[in-house]
Amino acid sequence: MPLSIHELLSIDWLIALVVAWLVIGLAGLLAPRNLSFVGKTLYPLGALVGLAVALVAFHALGETAEIAVLPMGLPDLPFHLRLDSLSAIFLLLLGAAAAGISIYASGYLRKGEGTAPGLQSLQYHIFLASMALVLLADDAYAFMVAWESMALSSFFLVTSDHRKPDIRRAGYLYLLIAHIGAISILLSFGVLQSSAGLGATQGAADYTFSHMRATGHDAFWASAAFGLALLGFGAKAGLLPLHVWLPEAHPAAPSPVSAMMSGVMLKTAIYGVLRVSFDLLHHPLWWWGVAVLALGLASALFGAVFSAVQSDMKRLLAYSSIENIGLLFVGIGLALTFQSFGMLTLAALALTAMLYHCLNHAAFKSLLFLCTGSVLHATRERSLGKLGGLIHPMPWVAWLALLGVIASAGLPPLNGFVSEWLLLQAFLFTPNLPHSYINMLIPVAAAAVALTAALAGYVMVKFFAIVFLGQAREESISQHAHDAGWLERAGLVWLAALCVLLGLFPVFVIEKLDFVTRTLLGAGVYETAGDAAHTQNWLLLAPISADRASYEPLVFLLMITAVVAATFFIVRRFWHGRLRRSAAWDCGFPLQTARMQDTAEGFSQPLRQVFEPFYRLTRDLPTSFDKAPLYRVVVEDHFWYWLYLPVARASEFGARMVAFLQQGRISIYLLYSFLTLVVLLFLVRG
Amino acid sequence: MNSYYGQIINLLAAGLLLLSFAMLGQRRILSLINLFMAQGAVLCASTAIVAFVTGQNHLYWSALITLLLKVLLLPAILHRLIRRLNIKWDVETLINIPTTMLIGIVLVIFSFNLALPISELAGTVTRSTLGIAMAAVLLAFLMMITRSKAVPQVIGFLSMENGLFFAATSATYGMPMVVELGIALDVLVGMVILGVFFFQIRERFDSLDIRHLEQLKED
Repeated sequence: MPLSIHELLSIDWLIALVVAWLVIGLAGLLAPRNLSFVGKTLYPLGALVGLAVALVAFHALGETAEIAVLPMGLPDLPFHLRLDSLSAIFLLLLGAAAAGISIYASGYLRKGEGTAPGLQSLQYHIFLASMALVLLADDAYAFMVAWESMALSSFFLVTSDHRKPDIRRAGYLYLLIAHIGAISILLSFGVLQSSAGLGATQGAADYTFSHMRATGHDAFWASAAFGLALLGFGAKAGLLPLHVWLPEAHPAAPSPVSAMMSGVMLKTAIYGVLRVSFDLLHHPLWWWGVAVLALGLASALFGAVFSAVQSDMKRLLAYSSIENIGLLFVGIGLALTFQSFGMLTLAALALTAMLYHCLNHAAFKSLLFLCTGSVLHATRERSLGKLGGLIHPMPWVAWLALLGVIASAGLPPLNGFVSEWLLLQAFLFTPNLPHSYINMLIPVAAAAVALTAALAGYVMVKFFAIVFLGQAREESISQHAHDAGWLERAGLVWLAALCVLLGLFPVFVIEKLDFVTRTLLGAGVYETAGDAAHTQNWLLLAPISADRASYEPLVFLLMITAVVAATFFIVRRFWHGRLRRSAAWDCGFPLQTARMQDTAEGFSQPLRQVFEPFYRLTRDLPTSFDKAPLYRVVVEDHFWYWLYLPVARASEFGARMVAFLQQGRISIYLLYSFLTLVVLLFLVRG
Repeated sequence: MNSYYGQIINLLAAGLLLLSFAMLGQRRILSLINLFMAQGAVLCASTAIVAFVTGQNHLYWSALITLLLKVLLLPAILHRLIRRLNIKWDVETLINIPTTMLIGIVLVIFSFNLALPISELAGTVTRSTLGIAMAAVLLAFLMMITRSKAVPQVIGFLSMENGLFFAATSATYGMPMVVELGIALDVLVGMVILGVFFFQIRERFDSLDIRHLEQLKED
């Protein structure tokens, strides 16, 4: 039956686009070493597909859910796909970020960096397609297939420069934790499926989400499924204590891949948590929310505190990702808590803030990772201690990075502020909770979120100032530095534009996010926020009521612009011509070099003092009589020594115990089978 | 009439079990091969009688294959092997022979106990022999465990296959022809490969004592 183009549903378009990504990836195998074909044809095509995904997903927001069954998979177990508003918002995020990152990647590829470009393009596009399938999957089987393809393709992307032992180690760690997570998710789906079977006799063992969704689960099994899902998705998202792969894998991966992983892949884990906790299990218990909240807060603080002391720019951003993921989980925890007490509007507010932050983080963190990629290509240096003053040779990258930094630090009028402000607003309404202990603890949590936001600002100042401002710390590096090419700039500008637009038009974004919260909770905040919007001013954002708190980003922008312009004008008008250029006062130090500027370590030294118990510090201090003084400080993670190494040692010990079975004598091996046979026969008889 | 044939089958089954015990207690490789040949002959005869009694024509083919393979071809190969390798006796067992025999008796009791409910369900003339067939399998397995030289182990392996074959005949009048042919081919190929291994092992360690293979263990 021929289909006319109008009969095609959004989900059909999305399937076609996913296939297009796969085809683009496979096309890379035709000429794997042809850089201009892969770079200038395939990646821009991939970016176009990303844009199309974003448009279709945007169109699908708020529509009724669409389902499709693919004739693939095992016999009697086909792939079920479903597109609802929750999938759509994350697909929008994926498409929009992929468009920018792919365009950037087409200019970023260089000869002789690890894997052949065509092969890398295949891995990259499989990565994109599998993320889209994760978001579309409607049964556990399709979900796990897509989830594992995503993990494997990203593993190969991370280890594309696999000749370096560090990178292989990072890849191994990533793969290990990804698999622990995957096992946990699989178990969670198993629990959901079987405990759903207890309630309903209809629906065979098909593992579809609709089957899991349809029936009530009893409290114990629901909690088990939720805990397993939280562990599994938390491992992928970088939630404490399964975060250790993040700061290893992000620096190892090529920058567009880091951007993709941090900006989008971590969000698929958030999607998974939302899908399980709000959609499949629709009656949360209050302590789930509190547990998620606590874990989220711990991750957020941990990430912020650790990113403050990093001196590798990509590690710094990776820890900052942990912090942002922590904030996202705080939002989820709040929403769960509110929902369990039946306060749906407030749950919708927390969820809106969280989804908003997802979009924001995808935009600004991708932007920042791509900026580090440009810096890396221009200088071949990742260590903050050797960079500096790059705003002169690389103005485009520097100014765009400034936008990303402002957004990430949560300053108005950019997007980071909106979501963090909404999250804090959600906290401010918690005294209404009917549970006194939570009510007492919530202000502490709110304070911790505020502290995290402040630390994030500190980190971003450090990142931008050390890399781009001041003077070049190494002459040779800044002399060879060059600005990004036009394709790279296009990608950066696209992401920066997203940051600005998300920051300036929050009411419009919240109107769209409302479809998601209505799907998940049956309540939204646009009614109240929009009330103010329709009657008075569509630019005014007021989450609960206009007289309690409101925010007008455009007015804010106008004020800032006006003040800056006025200051500039006044300075130029009244002080122009009175400037006198001479040698700077040298404070009695006649010899001053660029190396004497504040360093990354120096800048973070106060925080290192304050938060000393958080770190495992190794310091080598030179004595006063050292001829060649060397100052070295290594900051490590307590978790590594307290949790990971003991587990590793225990498993090695277990493996040695098992090796005891291996005696090397055929008779013994035969005896094993013999005894097994006899015991089994005995059991059968019994 | 049927009970008369049934008695013959039972007699042959008893012979099979006796031969299994004889193999378990035999130290000389040459005698071991002869015992294996006798076991094959008993198997062939019992299969042929079952075929005659039940009119299952494919069992004649099975009997013929057994005759060719287990009575003629495999013993011939084994004889040739031990001549070429110049080993005619096997003095060492890992556990001494009386102990092995005692374990064997325990195994036979266990198998009979195990086969009891199955025999009651089965409707074949040969149903009472299922316990013996299982005992033959387990005894052959035990022989593989207790021998330290490679050739007796291979004979144990082949004898185990005899027991399986007998079990199949007694429980369900034999397996489908395709499966039987497949197993026959497997045994033949396995024998050829193991023959190659014998030479390799001897070349490497100057002995066929498989205890030398312990050196291959990873520390």
